[in-house]
Amino acid sequence: MNASVAAAWAALETLADPEIPVVSLRDLGILRDVREAADGLEVVITPTYSGCPAMGQIEDDVRATLANAGIAARVVTQLAPAWTTDWMTEEGKEKLRAYGIAPPHRTPAGSNVVRFIAKPAQVETVPCPHCGSAHTVESSHFGSTACKALYKCLDCQEPFDYFKPY
Amino acid sequence: MKPATDYLLHLADNALVLGQRNAEWCGHGPILEEDIALSNVSLDLIGQARLLYQLVASLKGGNCTEDRLAYFRETHEFRNYTLLELPHHGPLSGYAQSSMDYATTIVRNFLYSALMALLWEALEKSANADLAAIAAKSLKEVRYHLRHSRDWLVRLGDGTAESHARTQAALDHLFPYTQEFWAQSPAEAAAISAGIGVDVTTLKADWNAIVDAALGEATLVRPEVGGYVTEGKKGIHSEHLGFLLAEMQSLARAHPNAQW
Repeated sequence: MNASVAAAWAALETLADPEIPVVSLRDLGILRDVREAADGLEVVITPTYSGCPAMGQIEDDVRATLANAGIAARVVTQLAPAWTTDWMTEEGKEKLRAYGIAPPHRTPAGSNVVRFIAKPAQVETVPCPHCGSAHTVESSHFGSTACKALYKCLDCQEPFDYFKPY
Repeated sequence: MKPATDYLLHLADNALVLGQRNAEWCGHGPILEEDIALSNVSLDLIGQARLLYQLVASLKGGNCTEDRLAYFRETHEFRNYTLLELPHHGPLSGYAQSSMDYATTIVRNFLYSALMALLWEALEKSANADLAAIAAKSLKEVRYHLRHSRDWLVRLGDGTAESHARTQAALDHLFPYTQEFWAQSPAEAAAISAGIGVDVTTLKADWNAIVDAALGEATLVRPEVGGYVTEGKKGIHSEHLGFLLAEMQSLARAHPNAQW
């Protein structure tokens, strides 16, 4: 890794997600790459959900952070391979839990549509991020944002968001 | 290029028109969780539409932008399925008015999501790499839309006598419009022969399996279909699309080139 690439990584290392400020873009797997193109440095980001309103903000934040650090780089949005919650770092998942959001399970391997809609043999439990109880129930498939579902803990009675596998 | 842009506009218009329709529930949902769910589904659909319009704009070049495609085309230039532009209630006559019916919303979202879950999966293999990338993202989203609408279909169909009757009525009203899925348009045929598009008739058996299993659980009866096949994807629309577009496009047309 040359000096300018390393400097860009260092500058962006702690840049937080605008919606969930306890995790960094790197933790979430949104920041994909910093590379040298023919005409300068390129920072590659990937969108989460197609309609995520935070994406514009994320791009602006990346540009501003690079400018503040005096690094000239282009920001490139890349769709493929599609972002997945499996790219989230273990550290990022732990930060989510501490923040009160249950982190995502791994996406089911090789799930196709017909299998996806069939009732799973065993429903995965989502532990409560507040008290750790496995005695929780889904109240709604969609929560405060498209990427989260709404759950309720039947032991501590607290509602909480679950970051859905994507 | 034309086979690609015509086909991409069909996919984009489907997503935008249903996204706009479902967004009518924002602030009016039957319960708070559903208000939020429908708004989130709309956000996904409008996001998918934006990715597709951006791709069309880059292929067309010149001064074409995603906003031009969404806000400055006329009714007959839209290529969405007629099913997706219908209001959230059954047919009315004369000057009759109706409030929005959640069963209609759910049945439509179910019938469309069941198709798109299969179509996006197949389009991951499109010869157009950009479309394949959009399909891979959209597939992850539509699976949640399908699960949401299927759960509610079962809950309403296998619910009270009132919810069952309204869901069956919505199904009877909307099901004939699904015939349009299987009637190939010239744009689809061109995209298929270019390797960009997918022949949806190859997905019909899987769609039937998803629909029949859900209807069975929901204790609903699959209607017999026949008769007129709508042609929204050829630009021949019902009277409802114009009103939807008027509301959606009026701000952009009143303030062209506005920035905020």
